[in-house]
Amino acid sequence: MTVPAPHPGPAATADAEGLALDGPHAGAAPWPRRVGAQALAEMRTVLRNGEQLVITLVLPTLLLVVLTRTDLVDLGTDDRLSLVAPGVLALAVMSSAFTSQAIATGFDRRNGVLRLLATTPLGRSGLVLGKVVGISAIAALQMVVLAGIAVALGWRPELAGLPAALVMLVLGTAAFSSLALLLAGVLRAEAVLAVANLVWVLLLAGGAVLLPAEVLPGPLGDLAGLLPSGALGEGLRSAFADGVLRPGSVLVLAVWTLVAGSATARFFRWS
Amino acid sequence: MPVTTAPEDAVVVRGLVKRYGRGAPAAVDGLDLTAARGRVTAVLGPNGAGKTTTVECCEGLRSPDAGSVRVLGLDPVRDARTLRPRVGVMLQDGGLPSTVPSAEALRHVAAMYARPRPVEELTERLGLGSFARTQVRRLSGGQRQRLALAAALVGRPEVVFLDEPSAGMDPQARLAVWDLVRELRDSGATVLVTTHQMAEAEALADHVVVVDHGRALVAGSLTQVLGPEEGERVRVTLRGPDGAPPDLPRLAPGLADTLRGAGIPVAVTPTHDGLELASPADPRLLHLVTGWAVDADVVLTSLGTGRRTLEDVFLDLTGRSLR
Repeated sequence: MTVPAPHPGPAATADAEGLALDGPHAGAAPWPRRVGAQALAEMRTVLRNGEQLVITLVLPTLLLVVLTRTDLVDLGTDDRLSLVAPGVLALAVMSSAFTSQAIATGFDRRNGVLRLLATTPLGRSGLVLGKVVGISAIAALQMVVLAGIAVALGWRPELAGLPAALVMLVLGTAAFSSLALLLAGVLRAEAVLAVANLVWVLLLAGGAVLLPAEVLPGPLGDLAGLLPSGALGEGLRSAFADGVLRPGSVLVLAVWTLVAGSATARFFRWS
Repeated sequence: MPVTTAPEDAVVVRGLVKRYGRGAPAAVDGLDLTAARGRVTAVLGPNGAGKTTTVECCEGLRSPDAGSVRVLGLDPVRDARTLRPRVGVMLQDGGLPSTVPSAEALRHVAAMYARPRPVEELTERLGLGSFARTQVRRLSGGQRQRLALAAALVGRPEVVFLDEPSAGMDPQARLAVWDLVRELRDSGATVLVTTHQMAEAEALADHVVVVDHGRALVAGSLTQVLGPEEGERVRVTLRGPDGAPPDLPRLAPGLADTLRGAGIPVAVTPTHDGLELASPADPRLLHLVTGWAVDADVVLTSLGTGRRTLEDVFLDLTGRSLR
């Protein structure tokens, strides 16, 4: 991305009161600053908005604590943290990269925010890049907070699996945010709100994100592995338990990213 | 970056065609438009005339299906990167994030520019201070429009596109916005404003382009479109005997003959609802007109003088009212 040089404008007029074009036009800010500003705005939207904060941080934290400190749910194992902690991390990625992002983008689209920003020096590419940076930063923040709590509760993950976990998190974020933008770009804002929340609930219940596919009944377990939720959940569980990268998960998430990404590029409507 | 020579006209649209979806009727259908540098140009037309679509093509938000669009000599889509820092945009639907405090929304747009106008200056000038901490979604229509206008100006644009800028504003805020637009123009900026309000176009515009069904019907300076300032006219509306609609094309030559016979040769033209006399009012002329009405067996339902308005121009061109 190149930054245009300042353009010579009309002669300077010293008019502090009025709106005179006192010299050349304002020129574009350097692109890292534009993208950074957009990323920060995206993050502020999530962190300041009650509903967004609940779904991205509060609910995952609650699930982590309740599922590991109580035996309300029979998990079929005594090492509850090893099972639940990776699942909560996967759920958090799904919450922020998919549900939260889809809703925010859907309403920004309806309110003309995407179109207005596209006419500023940020442009459409800067807007998308800013979103990617913002989502990634939020996901990183979630991982630090949630993994921190899990460790404080006694979670001792296989550290050799960290690189594999990182790959899964990056792929999972990419797949879910591509799906979020696709949803936000083709449906009405109210429909985005409904679908994004409904999908979150359905995947939480039957998508093998929080709990392993093997606890799901029969064919649902096999199906869940092909969903981005199941692929991310299973991938993180094998990374932290056995320290290995699960190729099936990589493949499934890559395909979802590719398909949703191309569909977004093809079908996304800016207005 | 290639150096572009500054053309005389800041915005040049030629034969623009834009349709939404294959086989759909054209929203813009061969529209021509020119906005001179340092002038306010108003695109006037009813809702659905293609104003917003045209402006969106100028802003680079839509690609034309046919025809060409040049802003400051550049292609708004192909040369977007060069053009965006030099152009300010106020969308019809606001375009600012709804959950963010007003001042922060403005600062966010300002952050996209290297040397933006001070946000404090715009805040004071547009009276945004009282709602700086209010979320955009809680603003009144007029407040939202002022904030959107501030966002359009924060990058010190050379060309400003304002889509229905005073929609939803109370009269006082509207006057403040008009003042601001004139000031922008006086400082050398080019302003292209769309509106469906004649009063706004007449108050603001140096040039007017009247559009309907995606085409420009007439374009020029206000004087060119409305006739010269001194061209005051007498206008009468009529009712036929028993309330029947008057046969205006037949009545016009009759009145002209009467006037010529009395030594006042005045052109009489039928309009959409009456007759127009190309002369300022004077007592003898009015006396002759009322006398003619008795002979012609028609009732004068109104009689007035004044310049033609854009509303008259639009009605004469389309046979329909603007609203």
